[in-house]
Amino acid sequence: MATANVATHSTDAHDHHDHEHHDNFITKYIFTQDHKMIGKQFLVTGIFWAIIGGLLSLVFRLQLGFPDMELEWLRPILGGWITPDGKLDPEFYLALVTMHGTIMVFFVLTAGLSGTFSNFLIPLQIGARDMASGFMNMLSYWFFFLSSVIMFISLFIETGPASGGWVVYPPLSALEQAMPGSGLGMTLWLIAMTCFIASSLLGGINYITTVINLRTKGMSFSRLPLTIWAFFLTAVIGLLSFPVLFSAALLLVFDRSFGTSFYLSDIYIGGEALPNTGGSPVLYQHLFWFLGHPEVYIVLLPALGITSEIIATNSRKPIFGYKAMIISMLGITILSFVVWAHHMFVSGLNPFLGSIFMFLTLIIAIPSAVKVFNYLTTLWRGNLIFTPGMLFSIGLVSFFISGGLTGIFLGNSAIDIQLHDTYFVVAHFHLVMGSASFFGLMAGVYHWFPKMFGRMMDARLGYIHFWATFIGVYLVFFPMHYIGIAGFPRRYYSWTGFEFSNMYTDLNMFVSVAAILTFGAQLIFLFNFFYSMYRGRVASLNPWRSNTLEWTTPLHPGHGNWPGEIPAVYRWPYDYSKPGASEDFIPQTVPLSATPESNLPHEQELVKLEKQIIADEEADLVADESKES
Amino acid sequence: MYGFLIAVGVLLLLSIIWMVYRIQTLVSVVKGSDKKIATGSNKINAFMFVIFLIGGGILMFWYSIKEFDNYNLPVASEHGVVTDQLFWITMAVTGIVFIITHILLFWFPYKYQYKETRKADFYPDNNKLELIWTTVPAVVLALLVIGGWKAWSDITAPAPEKSHVVEIMGYQFAWEVRYPGLDNVLGEHDYRLISASNVSGVDFTDKNAFDDFTSPVVVIPKGEPVLFKIRARDVLHSVFAPHMRLKMDAVPGMPTRFWFTPTKTTEEMRAELNDPEFVYEIACTEICGRGHFSMKKEIRVVEPEEFRKWLSEQKPYIVNNPSLVADLPSELKELADITISEYK
Repeated sequence: MATANVATHSTDAHDHHDHEHHDNFITKYIFTQDHKMIGKQFLVTGIFWAIIGGLLSLVFRLQLGFPDMELEWLRPILGGWITPDGKLDPEFYLALVTMHGTIMVFFVLTAGLSGTFSNFLIPLQIGARDMASGFMNMLSYWFFFLSSVIMFISLFIETGPASGGWVVYPPLSALEQAMPGSGLGMTLWLIAMTCFIASSLLGGINYITTVINLRTKGMSFSRLPLTIWAFFLTAVIGLLSFPVLFSAALLLVFDRSFGTSFYLSDIYIGGEALPNTGGSPVLYQHLFWFLGHPEVYIVLLPALGITSEIIATNSRKPIFGYKAMIISMLGITILSFVVWAHHMFVSGLNPFLGSIFMFLTLIIAIPSAVKVFNYLTTLWRGNLIFTPGMLFSIGLVSFFISGGLTGIFLGNSAIDIQLHDTYFVVAHFHLVMGSASFFGLMAGVYHWFPKMFGRMMDARLGYIHFWATFIGVYLVFFPMHYIGIAGFPRRYYSWTGFEFSNMYTDLNMFVSVAAILTFGAQLIFLFNFFYSMYRGRVASLNPWRSNTLEWTTPLHPGHGNWPGEIPAVYRWPYDYSKPGASEDFIPQTVPLSATPESNLPHEQELVKLEKQIIADEEADLVADESKES
Repeated sequence: MYGFLIAVGVLLLLSIIWMVYRIQTLVSVVKGSDKKIATGSNKINAFMFVIFLIGGGILMFWYSIKEFDNYNLPVASEHGVVTDQLFWITMAVTGIVFIITHILLFWFPYKYQYKETRKADFYPDNNKLELIWTTVPAVVLALLVIGGWKAWSDITAPAPEKSHVVEIMGYQFAWEVRYPGLDNVLGEHDYRLISASNVSGVDFTDKNAFDDFTSPVVVIPKGEPVLFKIRARDVLHSVFAPHMRLKMDAVPGMPTRFWFTPTKTTEEMRAELNDPEFVYEIACTEICGRGHFSMKKEIRVVEPEEFRKWLSEQKPYIVNNPSLVADLPSELKELADITISEYK
């Protein structure tokens, strides 16, 4: 456990070379404890799931956009799920939307985003050799892997995967008689999610401990990059809310398999009255959304953190309102726990509770608005460089605004009566949470690819990818607002059965075509990603001329990140374009005493203190060395 | 054969793209543009944001105006007018914010694109600004919430005494409607009594159930309050009447309710929309299984006199099917028989 003890104190780093161990293939690429490799494992698995999740959505978009289409050509893949007359089976349609949601929310945007960048960036940006527990970190990935395998298997079983919507509300998900997907598929869903929760908790505990304990010298909380703040708060949210999902799942397991009645009451199904009484399906909804809503922020906060970092770097300007950004994120973190019931305004919830949750929900819009204004002010009078990462970050801000504003409609319980469970909701969360987080993920990949693989991704392909995706996402989700205002319910296999929704076939066709093209544009990214990994231009050490610590590591940092001592930190990470400085960036490792020309008055005060500390440290070092010899 | 040709075509296309990609990479290496901080692409990207802003804006306004009558569902209930009004007020407020923030978001990239000669402003914070854009949204949101809260309280307040009660029960995959009959009181129900002839599980030992009747269509009077008593007998469903701006989940084991006052009869709406086929509908908006998309029920809104006439013509369950009360204790059976004879 060389890494564990060297990570605890930076002065021990001298010993690091003596402990250097040579990894074989298995310990380097598979059962690795190196946070960077684990981050990459999460990323590649996340990309795999994103492809699956995307393809599932294309299949149901075919159904919605081209209801009369002959789908016989899908039979080789989907088999019996294509009915004899060449149509998609309605139950399989529900399975598709369910799995699309589950995969995207949990496997792509939680594990793929938070898992990738929390793992990869936390030690690199705070100046640590690795996570607090490399072993737990490894377990975290492998629990996720196990969860993935189980969920993947559930796609292929005869009765189909879970089909009750990604929220899997009982009694539908509890009773096999209600739909075939609630049989084995649902069991596998529950097992997979249990593993997933274990993975998230192991990861989250690690992120929190690492950020609190392993920051390098000088890296106070007020000097942490906003990425780390975001990952830290995300982990806190996850740690507090995922166990509640577990309890919801556990009670559901009891109801399904052991005859309890937590969620079941007064049910007559399949020609018989069930013995269960006294349970409440609404209880499940409370428990589910107690995770489900914070989950939105688990998905979104890392993306916002990544964006803050990238926008500041590429605007060559400090992020505007660093403290306000942190306070907003703290506000979002706390409020995210007290707004869950806005998903349940029309669930039969006590209307008084509805009023309370409406007030709380609209309060959470305030920190979100503050963040947006701060991003805009960061761009204002900057010197903007449009790297692909920057483009995706600006795209994220756009989605965050568009999707966030529609949240004000839905958070208002009176307006929500009409809009609840219509395509308006679908448009809302796909923009604010789906696409925004996806863009955060993409921005992060483009920005930190050079650190991950030592090579650059092709920028031009990145531009094409961005514009195709940005325009594509709007073409897919913007029209859904109209469909939603018109009252089209979600999770409908077909809308032609109703007078009020027997229209907009053209618009749905348009959305489907846009979805297919947008998915196609992701192939550009896939090519760029895997090709650049091996054949991309070799990156320079600090390609974006950024201030944060990860760019002080070697091109291919080994396990332990810095070959020598861990650098100390002397300033916040956003000293871009500081007046008086010769360059337009001053990395965190540059002491204030080295930049008298650009120091602000209060920083000039700190120089004295800093000199004192450096002198003390050197004296300590000399003492240590004389002791050793 | 076609498959082969398509494959060859795709292969050709891919190799052309590949060549172009390689050539442009090499060209950029030769030109040394990969060493520059910002290349010509920076200008193009900056410009694209402006194009996107203008193009997207035009498309949005054009489509929103052109399609207004299509996506704006006619409203036919009293509270629906209020919630629609709230919706459009919110739309105006958020629309303004949407447009202003997007103009800034896409114009700044163009205006402040990288120039080697310029340095960005070092402008790390301004507490006054932060304070302004915390309080202004807070005040605006508070106003919106208070409007919503008032409407919500009115909508969810207890139904007026004289409301016409209609029970709507969801099951896989249809709605069952039950009227309380002349006494306007629904009889008790018990899910264990459900059978093919007693779909709603009505408990006929309750005298109030004697005049209860079912109807294939939800018939309600215009201008009088109607109370939907909503329940489900298997999984969750949700009653959604889009024109009434009404939605409420149907929960097994937990009855829910929603009351409203329809403002336009079906005939009036037909005339207004110039659509003789128009009907008010109920759809299901809580995923409930295979037939989720097909749980349709018609609502027919009629003039109050017509409603009363219709009401008096309806035959209770027990009249249509006397075997429902065959097993009742003699005392109740007598009462039931009297009711039956009254309707004959």
